[in-house]
Amino acid sequence: MAKVLMKGNEAIGAAAIKAGCKFFFGYPITPQNELPEFMSRELPKVGGCFVQAESEVAAINMVYGAAGAGARVMTSSSSPGIALKQEGISYIAGAELPCVIVNISRGGPGLGGIQPSQADYFQSTRGGGNGDYRMLVYAPATLQEAVDLVMEAFDVADYYRNPVMVIGDGMIGQMMEPIEFTEPKMRELPPKDWATTGTKGERKPNIINSLALDPAELEKHNIKLKAKYNEMEKNEVRYEMYNMDNAEIVIVSYGTTSRVVKNAIAALKAEGINVGLIRPITLWPFPTKAFDEIPSTAKALLSVEMSMGQMIDDVKIANNGRLPVHFYGRSGGMIPTPDAIAAKVKEILGGAR
Amino acid sequence: MAKARGKVTFREDLCKGCELCTTVCPVNIIEMDRGRINIKGYHPATVKEMDKCIGCGNCATICPDVVISVEREMEK
Amino acid sequence: MTVVFQRTSGLTEKPFHYCPGCTHGVIHRLVGEVLEELGVLGKAIGVAPVGCSVLAYDYFNCDMHEAAHGRAPAVATGIKRVHPDKVVFTYQGDGDLASIGTAEIVHAAHRGEKITTIFVNNAIYGMTGGQMAPTTLIGQKATTAPYGRDANHAGMPLRVAEMLATITGAVFVERVAVDTPANIRKAKKAIKKAFEVQLEGKGFGIVEILSTCPTNWGLTPTEAIKWLQDNMMPYYPLGNFRTPEEAK
Repeated sequence: MAKVLMKGNEAIGAAAIKAGCKFFFGYPITPQNELPEFMSRELPKVGGCFVQAESEVAAINMVYGAAGAGARVMTSSSSPGIALKQEGISYIAGAELPCVIVNISRGGPGLGGIQPSQADYFQSTRGGGNGDYRMLVYAPATLQEAVDLVMEAFDVADYYRNPVMVIGDGMIGQMMEPIEFTEPKMRELPPKDWATTGTKGERKPNIINSLALDPAELEKHNIKLKAKYNEMEKNEVRYEMYNMDNAEIVIVSYGTTSRVVKNAIAALKAEGINVGLIRPITLWPFPTKAFDEIPSTAKALLSVEMSMGQMIDDVKIANNGRLPVHFYGRSGGMIPTPDAIAAKVKEILGGAR
Repeated sequence: MAKARGKVTFREDLCKGCELCTTVCPVNIIEMDRGRINIKGYHPATVKEMDKCIGCGNCATICPDVVISVEREMEK
Repeated sequence: MTVVFQRTSGLTEKPFHYCPGCTHGVIHRLVGEVLEELGVLGKAIGVAPVGCSVLAYDYFNCDMHEAAHGRAPAVATGIKRVHPDKVVFTYQGDGDLASIGTAEIVHAAHRGEKITTIFVNNAIYGMTGGQMAPTTLIGQKATTAPYGRDANHAGMPLRVAEMLATITGAVFVERVAVDTPANIRKAKKAIKKAFEVQLEGKGFGIVEILSTCPTNWGLTPTEAIKWLQDNMMPYYPLGNFRTPEEAK
């Protein structure tokens, strides 16, 4: 199929429909509005259904209902809206239902701003909702990657019966890039025999539930969930290693920020400074094993984020005390420049050479 | 005139002794059995003079725990 | 003799966990009977609330979801949009529906979701231990209204049926009570009608059911019935507030 030029939010919607998503429940919030708008226009054409909910809280609970009823379903929002969805995300994880949640994130805290930001790293990876649960989080850096990951996210969600988040900052949602829609490679998925489709008098009732009043039963459930999360950690970690040969500094950066970092790496290379990049594609599970592949030439790590420093916690855990860990970040919708990143690298290396 | 004759059966172990059935019986034949307690620890409702039962179903209708089933026939 | 009354196949065999004399059990039975009589058990999907009836999913003999507090109408919306041919209902108490879930119930009605809501009003939070609900009556004591509800401080009790009857999408709205065998039979008729409205694809239907909470009211079950009649019924009048015919 030929490449098409699309806006990120619409491309994500098109990818979802291509992956068999038939239901979308959402609520308007900038900078993701083109996504629900696209779904409201396109889903009826494929026999699906779009409902504009009364709130983000209602939208995610509609997703909970639709997912439990056996549908491929998605919602999207932006940072403060995702905060409101945490209740439902926790219930969906607890009841082991598949769904895809897109966060086109913006600056915070509170109402914050509408410009690109990566300040929802904690919210996405630390279980913004209550309880012992995990959610697979994809962080694409390009629209092509966003499209590919959204398509795969539905299969992964069904495979593990777990919510999957795709997080893109406002740049991913708003920019246009050429995209090619390739056929996603499908996983072998078991039938959804747990879904509420009506008993037809032929089977015992199916119950979608996250309540377990007996503590021993709830612990057993949590142990079962943990085993599933362990499988996800084993099988679903994605990352990119870039320019690692003889790297003196290794930058860790994800999403659109990693693209700015690559520009800085190129500029530094021209000056004879070798800098590598670990780009997590899954924020959870975090690519800890990438840190075992860091060359012995590396003197330090640098976490570059559009936040005041959130992913750096995971960088430190993965680094496990081996190298000094530095941070450079911009916040509130400000985007780091390649020059500023290069300057930070030189500062770590002890000034210009 | 044909007279209704009824029979009520209590699944006694489900009874929580709330006494609501005793308040709606038109022939006043349901009482709490103070001499016994059921598996739940309540004095269960019971019928002493079943031949007076008219099978109206009031007791079963108000029973919150679906303890009671009702049979009925018309006497000729 | 012929059996004229026995346990409905609309309920599972599981005994209710409710307190003695709590009329939740009566209402469960009515819903189960209606589902059985309409022949829709095999295509019914229910949504349980948070509150005393949180375990309702164990009692109805059909597919069930357990929803977050107040969100049952949103969950039901998701289910019904996926399965428009199924019979979808929510079972909610007054803390769930009239407080934390007001947005969800208002907008389910507003969209004319083709679902049925069974709304149990007992003027108190039961499960959490007798706190004040939006439906708690003036002067009624609750654990968070120890001096009795004061209108100046907490507002007047919320009349849900009347409020929802102002919404076009709510095509069937009725308030009933389960205090006497006669009223219980009327309640069942209303519940049946609320499901029929859904089956006919007409829109949203809700039955508000005045119910007792002997434990948290601090009364015996028989005293609680009388308290409902003397105090709730004057403020929450029984009757139909909207039929599909009127809604046209």
